[in-house]
Order: sequence, then C-alpha cells, then structure tokens
Amino acid sequence: MTDLTTLEAETYQKPRNQWWDVWDQFKTHKGALIGAAFFIFVLIFVFLGPIFWTLDAQYIDIRARSQGPSWAHPMGTDQLGRDTLSRIMVGGQTSLLVGLTAMLLALVVGTLVGVLAGYFKRLDGILMRLTDLFLALPLLPLLLVIIMLFRDTLRAQFGPEKGIFILIVFVIGITSWMQTARIVRGDVLALKEREFVLAARSIGTPPYRMITRHVLPNVLSPIMVSATLGIANAIITESALSFLGLGFPSDFPTWGRLLFDGTDWLQRNPERVIWPGLAISLTVLSVNYIGDGLRDALDPRIRGR
Amino acid sequence: MKLRHLMLGAAAAFALAPVAAMAERGSDGQLNIIYWQAPSTLNPYLSGGTKEVESASLVLESMARFDSDGNLVPFMAEDIPTVENGGVAEDLTSITWTLREGLLWSDGTPVTANDAVFTWEYCTHPEGGCAQASYFDGVESVEALDDRTVRVNFAAPKPFPYTAFVGSESPIIQAAQFADCLGAAAPECTEANFGPIGTGPFVVEEFRPNDVITFVANEHYRNPDQPAFARVVFKGGGDAASAARSVLETGEFDYAWNLQIDPTLLAEMEANGIGTVVTAFGTSVERLHLNQFNPDPALGDARSTAEGGPHPFLTNPVIGQAMSMAIDRALLVEIGYGAGGQPTCNVLPAPALYASTANDGCLTQDIAGANALLDEAGIVDSDGDGVREYEGTPLRVLYQTSTNAVRQDTQALIKQWWAEIGIDAELRNIDASVFFGGDPASPDTFQKFYADVEMYTNNFAGVDPEAYMANWRCNEIPGPDTQWQGSNIQRFCSEEYDALVTEMSQTAPLEERGRLAREMNDMLMQSYSIIPLIHRGGVSAHANSLGGVRMSDWDSELWNIAEWYRIDE
Amino acid sequence: MLTFTIRRLFMAIPTLLFISLIIFLILDLAPSDPTASLPLTIPPEVRAEIRASLGLDEPIHIRFALWLQQFFVNEPLNLIEQWTGLTIGDGDRTRVISWQTRSPVVDIIAQRMPQTLWVVGTAYVVGILIALPIGIYSAYRQYSIFDQAGTFITMVGFSVPPFFSGVLVIVIFAVQLGWFPSVYDTTHVVVDWDSFVVQLKQMILPVMVLALQITSQISRFMRASMLDNLNQDYVRTARAKGLTESVVVMVHVLRNSMIPVVTVIALGVPQVFGGAIITEQVFKVNGLGHLLIGAIQGGDIPTVQTLTFIFAVLIVLFNLIADVLYGILDPRIRYD
Repeated sequence: MTDLTTLEAETYQKPRNQWWDVWDQFKTHKGALIGAAFFIFVLIFVFLGPIFWTLDAQYIDIRARSQGPSWAHPMGTDQLGRDTLSRIMVGGQTSLLVGLTAMLLALVVGTLVGVLAGYFKRLDGILMRLTDLFLALPLLPLLLVIIMLFRDTLRAQFGPEKGIFILIVFVIGITSWMQTARIVRGDVLALKEREFVLAARSIGTPPYRMITRHVLPNVLSPIMVSATLGIANAIITESALSFLGLGFPSDFPTWGRLLFDGTDWLQRNPERVIWPGLAISLTVLSVNYIGDGLRDALDPRIRGR
Repeated sequence: MKLRHLMLGAAAAFALAPVAAMAERGSDGQLNIIYWQAPSTLNPYLSGGTKEVESASLVLESMARFDSDGNLVPFMAEDIPTVENGGVAEDLTSITWTLREGLLWSDGTPVTANDAVFTWEYCTHPEGGCAQASYFDGVESVEALDDRTVRVNFAAPKPFPYTAFVGSESPIIQAAQFADCLGAAAPECTEANFGPIGTGPFVVEEFRPNDVITFVANEHYRNPDQPAFARVVFKGGGDAASAARSVLETGEFDYAWNLQIDPTLLAEMEANGIGTVVTAFGTSVERLHLNQFNPDPALGDARSTAEGGPHPFLTNPVIGQAMSMAIDRALLVEIGYGAGGQPTCNVLPAPALYASTANDGCLTQDIAGANALLDEAGIVDSDGDGVREYEGTPLRVLYQTSTNAVRQDTQALIKQWWAEIGIDAELRNIDASVFFGGDPASPDTFQKFYADVEMYTNNFAGVDPEAYMANWRCNEIPGPDTQWQGSNIQRFCSEEYDALVTEMSQTAPLEERGRLAREMNDMLMQSYSIIPLIHRGGVSAHANSLGGVRMSDWDSELWNIAEWYRIDE
Repeated sequence: MLTFTIRRLFMAIPTLLFISLIIFLILDLAPSDPTASLPLTIPPEVRAEIRASLGLDEPIHIRFALWLQQFFVNEPLNLIEQWTGLTIGDGDRTRVISWQTRSPVVDIIAQRMPQTLWVVGTAYVVGILIALPIGIYSAYRQYSIFDQAGTFITMVGFSVPPFFSGVLVIVIFAVQLGWFPSVYDTTHVVVDWDSFVVQLKQMILPVMVLALQITSQISRFMRASMLDNLNQDYVRTARAKGLTESVVVMVHVLRNSMIPVVTVIALGVPQVFGGAIITEQVFKVNGLGHLLIGAIQGGDIPTVQTLTFIFAVLIVLFNLIADVLYGILDPRIRYD
C-alpha cells in the first residue's frame, strides 16, 4: 500500500504539509487504523517470525505427521509432519509479495490503459480492442506457452526461485488488469464531460496535468476496490498455478497452496484450512480497510468535514 | 487389510452362487458408478484411455477377458484356444477362436466371424489412427473359416497369441454398424461411436461425452438371469476425493474408480461403514529413471542425447545404488498409497512367473549403508557444503514428475532422504498433459527428459512382458532424429541386454521366457539406471450393498459387471 | 448512438478474426498434446498415427483456414439444414470435430449449455440481486453495523476460493446434514413440482458458492461508487430542492453510480457462459467450464478454439452493450 501512496505523492507534487492532512484524516478512520496495524503485524509475523520460530518449513518429521495443535507444533503438522506454523510464516512471505506486486502491476497497467482509452478518443478503439483480446485469451494454454518460452531463461538469469517469482507476478499481472481498465475507462468517459474538467481544459491545462490532477483522483475509489480484490485474486491464482505445476516447486509453501492442500483434510484436521484461510481473509480485509481509509483521507471533500 | 479383502471376496463368491441363480434380469434396480474422469467416447478404438475402455466394456466384449488373477476367461468365445486343444497352431503362427453358439448382438442379429474380420480391418486401416493398433501387431490376416470360427494368422511365430480380440482393449464391434466408418470416416460416425452395439450385459441408452452415460440391461444377453441391474448411471467429473466421498460418506454412488487419495483419509472414510475399498494389482510400477545422458542446459539441444555425452555422475551405479538404498519404500506406501501399493525392487513385479527375487535387498532403507557406500567409492563432500562431489561435480539433481499430490509428497520425502546422503535435489512438477504429451517442441515431456531424475508409473497391458522388456533396447533411446519417440527413457544401453530381448522373441516355453524376463529385469536393476519404488494397484470403492465385485487390474475393472448384484439388507 | 453501434459491430468482425488467429497461435504453440492422456502402454508409433489422423501434421495455416471454413461456413449451413430440413449442396461437410470425443464440438456445447446456464446463470442473477441492495445500503449508512458486517462477510467471501468453500458446504450440507446432494445430475429433467424441487436442491450448493463470490465483488464496486456520488454537489442540490430521500438515492445517486457496476456486470456475463471451472468441478456440474478445462488438459485444440472464440464474441458484444449503457446512464458521454 505504501507504494501506492508514493505513487500518489509523485502525481500531486505538493509540499508535504498536505500529506500531514491526509495522515490526520487517516488517523481518524478507526477501521483503517486497525487494518494498518494488523497488516504491519502480519508483515512482522511472516518476515521476522522465522527468526524466533526456527523450525524449517520444509523439514519432514514423519513421526509427527497429521498432528493437531501442540506445544511443539502450535498449529499442528501436515501429512508429512511439516510444521504448519513455520509453513504459514514462510508461505506468507511469498503470498504477500506475489499478492502485492501482482496487484500493483495489474493496477498500474489497468489504470494506465483505462485512463488513456477514456481520455484520448483516438486511443480508445485500439486499447479497448486490446482489452477484448486479453479478456478472450484462454488463460491456461497461454500460461503453458509463457512458461515454456521463458522459464529456463529466467531460471538461468535469476535462479530457480526468483525466476519463478518474476514469472508468476508477470503472468498474474498481465492477465488481470482488464477489469480495472474497463472500469477506469468507464468512469473517465463520464468524468471527462463534467464541468470542472471543461473548466480546467478551458484554461489550457495540458493533458498530463489534467489526468494526474483532475481525472485520477476522481477514479480512485474503484481503483481501491480493484486493489483489494486484486490481492485476494493474486494469492488464490498463485495457488492454482502452483497446483497445475506452473508455479513454485511443490515443496514451496504459500498460503493458497496450504489452503488447497488442507481442503481434503477439512474433516480430520480442520486447523489445516483454518489458519491459511484466516491469514488470507484477514490480510485482504485489512488491506480493504486501509484502502477505505486512504480513499477517505485523499478526498478533500471528506477531509474538510 | 488384505486379509479382510480376501475374506470379503470369499464371502461374496459364496453369496454369489445362490443369489445369482435366483436373481432375475433387471430385478435390482439402478447401479450408480462414478469415474472422476469422464469417458469421451464409447469406441475404445478411437480413444485408448482407461475411462473409455472400461465404460465401453459394459457394452462391447471380446473373445476372452482376464479375471482378477490374470487368467483368461472365455466371453464371446466358447473356450480358450491352446496348443493342447489345437486352437493354437503347433508352429505358433495362428490362433483359431470359436464363437459361442447363438450369440446375439443387442439389436437381436447374430454375431458372426465376419464381425471379427471387420474389427481387424477397422483397426488396421492406415488412415484410421486406431488407438489399439498394437493389439494387432504381427497379425498378417484374420479370416472367417465359417460363421462361428475365426482364425488369426501371424506373420511370425507368436509365443503369446492372446492379443487380438482379447481383453477390453480390443473388443469385437458390429460390422453392420461400423461398415461406413472405416479409416478417415471413423470420427464422423458419432452415433456409432457413442452408442456401439455390443454383446455385453448393457446397452447404451444415452451418452453425453465427458459427462454421463446411462445404460439399460441388454435383452439379448446370453445369460438369461444377468445382469441383475436394470439400469446403470455412469457419471464422470470431479476429483478422486469427492468420488470417494460420494461412495463412502454420502452413499450417493455404488462404485467409484481410481481413488488415489491419502490413505489415512480413505481409511477414515471407509470407517463410516457405508462402503468398502478394494484393490487389484497388475504390473504398474512407480519408478525413478536416472538419466544416463547429460541434461545440462548449457548443452542446448544436445542435452539428454548421445551427442551431449554421458551423465557426469548418474552413470556410476554406486551413486544410483546409494540413491536407491536411501529410500524407505514402505513409508512411501504408507504415506501415499496405502492398500493400493506395495514396495518393490523390480521393474517387472508380476505375474509371479516373471517376478525376480534377486533385488529384494532394497526393501529396507539403509541411509548409513548408502553413506558408507559413497564414502568407500571416494565420493565425498570435499568443500563442506553438505553436497558430495563426484570427480569435481557436485551431486545436484533436478527431479521432475507430473503434477499429482501423491507424487509431490513422494518427491518431498525422497528429497529429504537424498539430502541425508549428500545429494541435493531440486523438485519440479509438470502438468500431466504436457509431461506425458509427445509435443517435440516442448522441453518438458518425459521423453525429452531435460532433468537428471524423473518419476512416473508405467506398466504393460495383458500378462506377457515381452514387448515391455524390449523397451530398454539401445535403439529405443529417444532422440531428435526420432522426434523423441522411444521407450528407453533413462537411456540405458547394453548389447548383452539387446541379445536377451532377441532371444525372448524366439523362445516359446513359458518357463524359459520367465527366466529370460527375470534376467533382463535383474540386469536393469543392477545398472541402477532405474529405481523401482512402488508396485501400484488400482484402488476403487464400492458400497457395501453391492455384491459380486471382483476387481481386476489385468483387464477392465468392470469386467464381470454382469455378475454384480444388490445385497438385500 | 445508433451509428456508433453499427460502426462498432462492423469493427468487431476484423477484431474477432484477429483474436481467433491469436488464440489459434497460442493453442498451437502450447505444449499440451492430445495423446498425453492415453495409457503409456500405447506405443509411440500408434500415437504418431493418431496425431496424423487428427490432422496435426498439416501446416498451421492450412489448419487455421480449415477451422475458419468449418466454423463460419459449414456449421451455420448445418444449423440451417437442421432447422429447415432442407439439404444445401451435397450435405456432406466436415464440421468442427473434437479430438477427444471425435464428435461435433457444437453439439457438445449445446448439450452443456443448459446446466451451465441453470447453475452459473442463476448464481449470477442471485448474486447481482443481493449485491446491489447491499452495496447501496452499505454506502448510504457508511460505517453502520450493517456496513461493517457486509464488508466483513463480502471480503472473507471473496478471499475464500471455491475449491475450499465448495468442499466446505459439501461436508456440512451433504455429508453431515444430508440435506442436499453433492453430485449434480445433468440428466435430471424438470417435468412437475417434485422434479423442480429436486432440481432446486441440487442447485443450491453450487449456486451458494458462486453467488458468494459474485455478490462480494459487485457489492464492493457498488458501495464505492455510491460513496463517491453521495458527496457530490448535485445530491445536495437535489435534497435542497426538497426531493424525498428515496428519490435522491435511488434515482439520482444510483443512476450516476452505475457506470463501474455496469462494467463489472457486463464483463461477468461472458464468464457465465464460460462456466465456473472450479465450482463445476467440485459439484460435478459438467457444464461449459468443465468442457473447457477438460479440452485444455486433453490438448483438444478444436474444442478450445471454438469455445474461446464463442467467449470472445460474447466479450466483444457485452463490452459494446456496456458502452451503449454508459451513454444511456450518462447522456453526456458521447462517442461520435
């Protein structure tokens, strides 16, 4: 989320005192504060947690398999005796990184395409046909092709894990920007005809400033919703990719994958689905509240109240 | 577990006799079967998939089928031809089948020898792309001697002549129905392919490709009391876990096929007391292939080919042996296969005649022994990174298999065991449609083998291993010049082995064939280019109210569905 | 607006042709193989022959041209023949044949359509009908208990993927309570009240799972868009004029808030026809989603090509409808 704010910062190009206003408003939004606190807690938990909880997420302790919660394994173990707590931590690192970066990528591409298509009539036709094309592409064969073409190159360039990470983020980002683009375009089409845009245009505001100062701030709320839904989407899509053998190696935990693997054990070891399910849901929920608060905080009409 | 199944089987067999005699055709109502992969056609000659063959086996029959012990049982034929009863020629160049008297197709017309001749023509048509063409390999001609007698002539002596018209894979189809469907026209006969007329206990009522089939009892079935069920609903779709749930937990279905799910879960579902898990073993072996050629990506197109040179370390049998010793096969069975698997040390585990006992030492895990073996051979960790080096090359392997939950668990376990003997494995799983696909442009097919180790299951159809053992001849090594076709996946090559293959193709006595097969198996095992892990069986489940199930892995699981009946409670 | 619509419809033809070419190229490049699902006991030579009999050894441009002819000429002619009973030409035309089933793809699609429309279509309608009021009321009473609860449920609902929620409802309602079946019977025919109840029962679980996802998504967009508009000057003006609160919210604000919602709804309709791959799989509905995923896994290019092309047509069509609706919702939007 911090990246988004910096993005906004660039677009506003204002002295920072306005940002203190935004922060003041953000602070008054209780949900947003709780959301932000929880999100920071999740970040600390998954990135610093493994320093204190030192069990290896990939270590198989076959005698301790399919156990319920205990002091040795507070969240139980999976069918091979791997510790769920450490898998949630390590899995969270990947899931959060994939979720946030893929969401940001999709958001940037989607917003860019949407604004350009909505604002410049000449680009509308070609960009929207491109959107149609991407919407129509069969996802799975496309993934197979992308992975066949680029996996080995990326693996050689960045190593197996980072290479796959780049590939997954790229794949998820490139296949989920279309909805944002269509929504943003629709809103921009309507905004463009509003009086304030006309007024701005009549005093000769150049298109770049028009977009960044007048159009973008007004389409922020659907973008925020897309962002929250996008994170959940990216985390789940990643698990589907890994399941199909198109993502991370099978012994590499992620939240989506833990949830998927746990589903069959729903009746016997419910904690195997509860923890990853909670982790995903609460993270998405916290991002949603942060988004809510941010949107309110960035809206001068609300801020004034 | 096994004992219980035996007892149940025996009980069922006893129960069968009186009930079957008293039962009336169609008196037991509807039978619900779930195959979580749905059949796409009912013509097994157009698609060779297990689901298609097994669903078609309710309708189409062959001269004989294999029972649960791998013995031949006459179906359309009167009896099994042998050299002793004169059915098989002394020089092994022909086999003569006699059809049962008064055998009728389900449309009421008589079955004649011409139908068999037509079936052969249908499958061997050069433009047909027949999926079961290998069953007619070496068949020179099929002739109708009279209305009820068919002679299959072979081009060369065939020590095992029970291929054409035997088993569910090569059933006899009706000449009248398929007359216009030869060659390139085969796929255009949708009606015939979706509703073949057969001699089996059931007739197709409605076929929805990849979804559901409904069958009704065949009025013209040769046994007037069978089948006991009036209707069969054959549903497809979902996954193995949900199929198991629908038989063992909700009781919506009577029979579920191929339940490869975690054995702990399956056992708990079975404990509900609604249904029973059954298994049958054929020849399937889950194995590791160790690449004998160098798969280094730096070699580009030359990797995993003769041009790329031998593998830097996997050609050394000591390393292969240590890798095999480090594996606890019994634990793999316990974790992933349950009753559906047995540890094995042979790539040819059955039938009993061909199964070697020379390699059984692998059944116990021996990590200390594996470490000692490597130390002795001078393969040690010289730079202290936990991975041994062989002549300067660290023992790091890329270990790939198809995507499948059990395989991924197996991979994780083996990776850890190998880590304990100083061998580092990177895991990769590939979508099955790519891994087992033969696309020469894809780097991820199992034939290309752009990895050091790969794991999958293979088996052979029927009970004769001659063709299967011939897979490991030198000229079967896949390579770019053959579009990567070839069955010698691990690129094993030995002239001695090739000589044994040739010898077997010329040997008729069964005992002698058994010795040769065992010798070939041992030669492969001692090369440690292939590491067998699990002898896999089929795992299915049936409702406790369903009687007469005698599961066979040598033929269709539903081979004796005519004898199934409802147990009254 | 009419000329715009007509122009866009003509524009759609080259667009769709281009999309179909791209889809074909991707499918051709993809490494899946139609013989991959066959048992390994079938030798490589036989596999090569099967591939040849499917026409896979023809060059790619010939295969694409063949598909174009089959889909755009032969299939429509065949349809006309079926409807009118006439025979056009010699009546002997090759249709688009699926590689898996070796039968005409269009027939299979027609067979799969009912269950997909029943289940996914109902879920979509139910989802929208629940989502709109939730979205509107949540925005109107922002940060009320209703809004907070709605936010919580919809966000959790969206974060829980159907592969989990599907199994969860099966375990609760089919295994534990035994109220509803876990397997959808596609051969079930509704003829009277009782069979309609059976149909309802078997639809409830998949519809529940799907509607949760759809509701979550649409209600979020509805709420956000309403919030944007509730603070606008025109709302204050409307209230000042003495319009009743319901007219202000339901007429003025709602109409201006519909643009993003219409976009999302229009984008979702082609997906209804695309089926819901995972939910269909979990409940064994075997609709179009199941057909598509099965065809992809089986390397069945003609089926995948035909299905994705039909989706492409729907996508282009519904995006056009959305564009027309923008103009109706906000007359200031002009395309000419």
